[in-house]
Amino acid sequence: MKKIEAIVQPFKLEDVKEALKNIGIDGMTISEVRGHGRQKGHKEVYRGQEYNVDLLPKVKFELVIPDVRLEEVLEAISSAARSGKIGDGKIFVYDVAEAIRIRNNDRGDSAV
Amino acid sequence: MQTHYAMLLQAATDITARLNALEAAAKSAQSAGDNAWMLTSAALVLMMTGPGLALFYGGLVRRKNVLSTFMHSFIMMAVITVLWALVGYSLVFSEGMPFIGGLKYAFLNGVGKEPNADYAATIPQATFMIYQLMFAVITPALISGAYAERMKFSAMLLFTTLWAFIVYFPMAHMVWGKGGLLNAYLGGAVRTFDFAGGTVVHITSGVSALVCALYLGKRHGYPQEAMKPHSLVLSVVGACLLWVGWFGFNAGSALAASGLATSAFVATHFAAATAALGWMLAEWLHQGKPSMLGGISGAVAGLVAITPASGFVKPMPALLIGFLAGIFCFWMATTVKRKFGYDDTLDAFGVHGAGGTLGAILTGVFATNLINDATIDGKVVPLGWVDGNPMQVLNQGVGVLISIGLAAVGTFIILKVCDALLGVRVDDDDEEQGLDLSQHGEEGYFLEA
Repeated sequence: MKKIEAIVQPFKLEDVKEALKNIGIDGMTISEVRGHGRQKGHKEVYRGQEYNVDLLPKVKFELVIPDVRLEEVLEAISSAARSGKIGDGKIFVYDVAEAIRIRNNDRGDSAV
Repeated sequence: MQTHYAMLLQAATDITARLNALEAAAKSAQSAGDNAWMLTSAALVLMMTGPGLALFYGGLVRRKNVLSTFMHSFIMMAVITVLWALVGYSLVFSEGMPFIGGLKYAFLNGVGKEPNADYAATIPQATFMIYQLMFAVITPALISGAYAERMKFSAMLLFTTLWAFIVYFPMAHMVWGKGGLLNAYLGGAVRTFDFAGGTVVHITSGVSALVCALYLGKRHGYPQEAMKPHSLVLSVVGACLLWVGWFGFNAGSALAASGLATSAFVATHFAAATAALGWMLAEWLHQGKPSMLGGISGAVAGLVAITPASGFVKPMPALLIGFLAGIFCFWMATTVKRKFGYDDTLDAFGVHGAGGTLGAILTGVFATNLINDATIDGKVVPLGWVDGNPMQVLNQGVGVLISIGLAAVGTFIILKVCDALLGVRVDDDDEEQGLDLSQHGEEGYFLEA
C-alpha cells in the first residue's frame, strides 16, 4: 500500500476530487494548510502597515491506495492540479505498513 | 341689540376656545413627532457602540483578542449608563459652574415627561437624557482602539469610570450644559460651535487614546510581527452600521424632527462619502491599491470631522470637509504614526483625534446662519468665517485646546492612578495568550464546536 500526500492549489480542490472519482478512488482526507516551496508570497497593506505573506493557503489530500494503482492515481492528481505556474504544489508517496478498517477489522488492501 | 351682542360674545369665546384647542393639538403633534425622532435617534446612537464600533474594532484585532475588544465597547453600555443615571446627567446638564454642572438632577430627580426648555422644549426631558447618555457611552468606547490587545479588563473598568468623571462630564458640560464655559447659546464665555460632539466626543477620546498608546507602550512584537486584522468582513459591517447610526448622532443633535435635522443628515452623509473617496484615493496613489479597509476608515474619518459642523454648514462645504478629513486622517494614521512609532492599535487618535480637530476648526470657517438660525441673545448673528466672522475660528481653536488639554492631563493622571492600584497592562504571558482567554476565559471562535 502507498500513502499519497498531495499539496495543491486551493482552487484545484474540486478538479482533483473529480479526477480521483473518475478513476474510482472514493476515500480521501482533505485539510486546509499553509505553506510555500519556491513560490514567493505577496504583499498586503493595512493602513500603511506592510506585511509579506509567504505562507500561502493550500489544500492537502491524503489517501492510501493499493500499490498497483499508484501510477494512475499520481497521473490523475498531477494532471488535474497542474496550471503550469509556480505554486502548483507537490506530491509525496510513502510506503504504508498496515491499514485497518475499524468497523470490521479488515486489513491490508481490502481496508483501503 | 342685547341678543346680538350676546351672540357675538358667545361666538368670540367659541373661536378663542377652538384656537386654543387647535394650538394645543398642534403642539402635541409637534411634540409627538419630535419625540419619535429623538427616541429613534437615541437607539441609532446606541447601535453605533454595539454592534457598530464593537464590530469595526473587533474585526481589526487578532482573533485571540476579538471578544475582549467587543467587550471594551459593550461594557460601556452598562457601566456608563449607571453612572449617567446616578449623577452623570446632572453633572453635565444641570446649572453649576462653567466647568462642571451641579447636582440638581442627581438620581434623575425631576427628569421626566416635562420638557426642559433650556435644551429641547418639545420633548420630555427623559428623552433628552437618554439620548445624551448614548454619547457618553460611545465616547470612552472609542478610546479602546488605542489600548486594544493589551489592557487589563479591571484597569479598563476603573479607567473608564474615572475618565467619565474627570474628562467627559466636564467637557460635555462646558460645551453643551447651561452656563458651560464654551456654550455658544446658553451663556458661555467663549462661544464654540460643536453641533454633535467634535470636541466633546472625538477630540477627547482621540487625544486620550494617544496618551493611552504612549503610556501602555507597544504591543509585543509591534511593528515587526504581522498583526493583521483577523476579519475585515466584521469591520466593514461595523463601519457601515456606524455610518447609519451617525444619522442619529448628528441629525438627532437638532433635538427635533426639524429642517435643521435634515440639513445635518445631508451634511453627515455627504462628508462620509467624500472622506471614503479621499482616503481611498490617497491610498491608491501612495500604496498602489485602493483597499476596503481604506474605504471604511475614510468614511469614519469623514463622519468624525463633520460631527461638530453638521448642524452649521451647507452641503458643498460638507463635501469638502469630508474629503479633507479622508486625506488628513490617512496621513495621520499611516505616515505620522509610523514616523513617531506609537502603537495606536486601531488608530483612535489618527481618526478621532485628528478628524475631530480638523472638523472643529473647519466648523469655524463654514458655519452659517443660513443653516442654523438659532438665536444668540435673541438675535440671529453671523456664525463662521463665511458669515463674515473670522474670529470664530479662534474660538473654535480655544475649544480644541481646552479639549486637548483636559483629555491629555486627565487621562495621564487617571492612568497613573489605575496603574498604581491595579496595573494597567496585562503581563507578557497573558498578552501572548490573548485577552479573550486570559481576561475572560473564553474564545471567540471555537472551530471544533
